[in-house]
Amino acid sequence: MSWDLKEALLHASKNVQSARDQLCDLDAALGDGDHGTSMARSFAAVERELSSTESNEPADLLELVGNTVLNAVGGAMGPLFGSAFLSSSTALRNADPSLSSPERTAAAIAAAANAIQRRGKASVGDKTMVDAIVPAAEAAATAAGQPDATSATVLRAAAEAAAAGTEHTKELIARIGRASRLGERTLGHQDPGATSITLVLESLAASAGAPVGHPVLTLN
Amino acid sequence: MSRFLNDPDNAVTETLEGFLLAHPELERRGTSRVVTSSTPPTGRVAVVTGGGSGHKPAFIGYIGDGMFDAVVCGDVFASPPVGSVLEAIRTVNTGHGVMLLLGNYSGDVMNFEMAADMARDEGIDVEMAVATDDLGAGSNVRPDQRRGVSGQFLIWKTVGAAARQGASLAELKQLALDVNSATRTMGVSLNGCTLPGSTKPTFSLDEGQMEVGVGHHGERGRSTEPLVQMDEIVDRLVDEIDQDLQLREGDRAAVVINGLGGTPMLELYIAYRRVAKVLQEKGVSIEVNFVGEYFTALGMHGFSVTLMRLNDRTLGLLKDPARTPHFTQTSTPN
Ligand SMILES: Nc1ncnc2c1ncn2[C@@H]1O[C@H](COP(=O)(O)OP(=O)(O)O)[C@@H](O)[C@H]1O
Ligand SMILES: [Mg+2]
Repeated sequence: MSWDLKEALLHASKNVQSARDQLCDLDAALGDGDHGTSMARSFAAVERELSSTESNEPADLLELVGNTVLNAVGGAMGPLFGSAFLSSSTALRNADPSLSSPERTAAAIAAAANAIQRRGKASVGDKTMVDAIVPAAEAAATAAGQPDATSATVLRAAAEAAAAGTEHTKELIARIGRASRLGERTLGHQDPGATSITLVLESLAASAGAPVGHPVLTLN
Repeated sequence: MSRFLNDPDNAVTETLEGFLLAHPELERRGTSRVVTSSTPPTGRVAVVTGGGSGHKPAFIGYIGDGMFDAVVCGDVFASPPVGSVLEAIRTVNTGHGVMLLLGNYSGDVMNFEMAADMARDEGIDVEMAVATDDLGAGSNVRPDQRRGVSGQFLIWKTVGAAARQGASLAELKQLALDVNSATRTMGVSLNGCTLPGSTKPTFSLDEGQMEVGVGHHGERGRSTEPLVQMDEIVDRLVDEIDQDLQLREGDRAAVVINGLGGTPMLELYIAYRRVAKVLQEKGVSIEVNFVGEYFTALGMHGFSVTLMRLNDRTLGLLKDPARTPHFTQTSTPN
């Protein structure tokens, strides 16, 4: 990757912390109102750890973020985001050296999607963060196959697909997690976890220098 | 809603500090979120639970003889992280294994599962039982998707007593599952709750309305309905529980009337009065009852009714002595 992943992850950490209240409001409608707090606290820890690490190696940075998130707060987001970052780190470490930089970026996003599905056992359509990360991984793979692909275009495609998937969660009835107990009452509400995934991808894409087409994320 | 706090972000830490000062028989290492009894579970299986904070007296109020050996405390309403769960398992294991008890919340399940896997890799025997006693979301929710709510108190009490008597890890797991399948809970409330640091309640109702099927995190329930008289509410809750539990004439039962932190005891006993009458009419005898605040939700004005079908063993375990900061009995609670 030619862009500065550490800067991008720091930017994402700041954006997550700023979105604390909006994410809590989304979770208050569907869950227990703590998603913004958990995300903000985890990414405050991420910001601290990233600021003090010497390494600039993408796989190291992603591993550091994963372990930090896993041990920061807990909640449902801890193991899900934690496993996602750890798996994307492993994917970069094990990537075929012949892969291009955009292909590696897409592989890292695919690994994150797999990790979230393995850990949470949710499927597309259950109204969770899976509804953001799975389309993001698919869009990233497609974008990486384009002739003029860069990591920035891959991340931009992933962020836009995640945003569309997040928007679509409003039309879904939750089938897993806390929100599932509310059944049809979940209709019309946007999933907080999917929103967070989009926020992170969006921040990474912006830092990678992707041209911003239109605002992809509406929090409410 | 306003709250009596210092920095809201320090609410859990400061509660723990106060709790440890008030109960010097409990311990924790440094600023750890793992609280243990100062008497190690020598020669027997250790019992551990944990989850989000904000439910006092659950969970740390029940650390001690006959209940928990350790509790892992998360932030308010958020599961503790993997590392803390693993630390708890390592701390209390004396070579006889560790029984993890938790409620069915995806955060808790994922964090405890990951920690259990890591502990097994280190050679520690670990089993996990996930409580699903809540009927609040209705009968269309698959049993394995139900929440664990205040009926968990009965699992903690029986499993804690059995561990104290020397039951094996496999026996404890089976016991937890048996008690869980003999137990059902339904809750109602008049409001949600306000998390420390937040200015708004998770939900609020107009005067004269009630939320049916609430849990203990300020989540909305299944439906918002006109508030009716207590006897009518209790009849409805017991009826829904009984459609699933199917108590028969001659059965013995345990009853928990649990307040969510903002419900006067006056109201809880009016609820118990009706439960006792309804069960008596069915020919079901209440052998043990627990009326009070066992598992709260930051001052929600609400309560739940839990019914459990008893057998000789579970009745004996419920009556077994216990000594913890918030639940102590010498022989029988009645
Ligand atoms: N099993 C699961 N698989 C994937 N995502 C999940 C699962 N359970 C919950 N989530 C995601 O987690 C989000 C809630 O996160 P958070 O509020 O931090 O956790 P908690 O449910 O413990 O309060 C949901 O919006 C949803 O996107
Ligand atoms: Mg939540």
